[in-house]
Amino acid sequence: MITVELRKLLWRPRTWISIFLLCLLPTIVAVFLAVTGVGPRPGQGPAFLSAVLANGRLYPAAALGIVLPVFLPLAVAVVAGESIAGEASVGMLRYLLVRPVARTRLLIAKLIAVIAYTLLAVVAVAVSGLVVGVLVIGEQPGGPATVSVSGTSLSTEQLLIRALLMMGYVGWSMLGVASVSLFLSTLTDSALGAALGGIAALVGSTVLVGLDAAGSINAWLPTRYWLAWVDLFRDPILWHDIHRGLLVQALWIIVLLGMAWAAFTARDVSS
Amino acid sequence: MARVIVTRALSKSFGGVLAVDGIDLDVQEGERYGFLGPNGSGKTTTVRMLVGLVFATSGSIELLGREVPRRVGEALPEVGTLVEGPAAYPHLSARTNLNLLDASGPRRHRMSGRVRRARIDEVLDQVGLSGVGRKPVGAYSLGMRQRLGLAAALLPRPRLLVLDEPTNGLDPQGIQEVRELLLKLNQEGTTIFLSSHLLAEVEQLCTRVGVMDRGRLVAQVSMAEVRRPTGRAVVRVGDPSAALALLDGRVAERTQDQLIVTDVSVEELTRRLVGAGIAVLEARPERNSLESMVLALTGPGSDRVDRPR
Repeated sequence: MITVELRKLLWRPRTWISIFLLCLLPTIVAVFLAVTGVGPRPGQGPAFLSAVLANGRLYPAAALGIVLPVFLPLAVAVVAGESIAGEASVGMLRYLLVRPVARTRLLIAKLIAVIAYTLLAVVAVAVSGLVVGVLVIGEQPGGPATVSVSGTSLSTEQLLIRALLMMGYVGWSMLGVASVSLFLSTLTDSALGAALGGIAALVGSTVLVGLDAAGSINAWLPTRYWLAWVDLFRDPILWHDIHRGLLVQALWIIVLLGMAWAAFTARDVSS
Repeated sequence: MARVIVTRALSKSFGGVLAVDGIDLDVQEGERYGFLGPNGSGKTTTVRMLVGLVFATSGSIELLGREVPRRVGEALPEVGTLVEGPAAYPHLSARTNLNLLDASGPRRHRMSGRVRRARIDEVLDQVGLSGVGRKPVGAYSLGMRQRLGLAAALLPRPRLLVLDEPTNGLDPQGIQEVRELLLKLNQEGTTIFLSSHLLAEVEQLCTRVGVMDRGRLVAQVSMAEVRRPTGRAVVRVGDPSAALALLDGRVAERTQDQLIVTDVSVEELTRRLVGAGIAVLEARPERNSLESMVLALTGPGSDRVDRPR
């Protein structure tokens, strides 16, 4: 069932179109930066952009910073929202269940497909960011060393490890969004509704994170530590927020997936 | 003989509304069972409960000897199902769809690549789609989708076929093809459970019928019993007025040259008419029809909504 779900994911034109579009935006930004040489001042605009003008090799991080707030969660929410509700709306859910595919198994296969998509998207954005960064913006003339956010130099090896950690962290954060949409996807037959519900949860959380009056729940909001991956590029790495982020996200994922399982295994399938 | 479907006091309510109300179904192995009833009488909900898609509120179900829903996964590999219309991924071809469907199944019941390809060709041929090629299912006509749905149900060589309105969208030619296919499969040992609101379809195919009305199973009888003679005779005669005079008082109904005569056998009736010099154009015993039985037993379907009085 898992390989079937992965095949279905990879055979869909939409998978590749959405990933192409995700890679396109950072590319456009890179071209503008390279042509004009005008970067946002430090502390303004998407994370990292001010730093990358000096070195294209930091651009994968900047590229993820560009797609992370809106476009990446949007794409992940659409794919996750589609998972059960999409099968229901084309009428295939009933035929899969009578094939038979056990409901828990189907849910796990769908979850794995969503994780695969998320990783594929994160890696595609990072790799295309690296290619575009090196080609369009160029490497620092001073040599192989790359400057961290803290101003010290990072070796290529260190940079690679940190980039992998970053992709893992971003992927884990996206799984939080995916869990909301996957849960909603088990409740409704509308894939669009489930995807939008995931986005709404994300926007709601972002609003509350920015609201001082909501400070008491701030630390438990799913998007609170989303940008903590920037700390991976400090020297030394600031682990505190990253650990908190992993933990908070894990709690949300466990609760939401548990709810998805409970809802789906007890539900009448009348689509 | 083994019973393939048994339900006892099976009920389902949706938000307090009773859709299925305490039904006791019995379907024997090798039967062609027709499951009839007006729209909204609970047929589809019952079918969904049989295959574990919808959970019963109370009562019990046994499918191929396994308790549903607890052990439905053990029975389903031997059941082919068409529930409420066919479905397929619209951007993929018929072969790819069938391939994915088989590959989704439990490991023990999946076919290997070459066997599966041969079996897919076989079922597409059986339902008359052998030449579809690589066209995506999204471009299919309603009839073609219906045939594909049937092919998907046949794919695992099921012991039991549960079909809900299988001839929907097919033309008379297609309906006849499907009927012949089902008869052939039945002769080879497949039990057929056919849910339909089309009386003619059931009358031509089935050996036994169950009739639903507003959530209740109001009859479960063999077709032989449905078609039993009423004890009256039907004749068409050359001179109806003369016949009417001859059979004084025993003609129950008259429409033009056709008379329905009570308390008489066809032999005696024809002898008397011919003896009196009245030409007999047609004479036969009157039989009950499925239609008259169903109409007598069921109320209007849920799609008729009258203003309350």
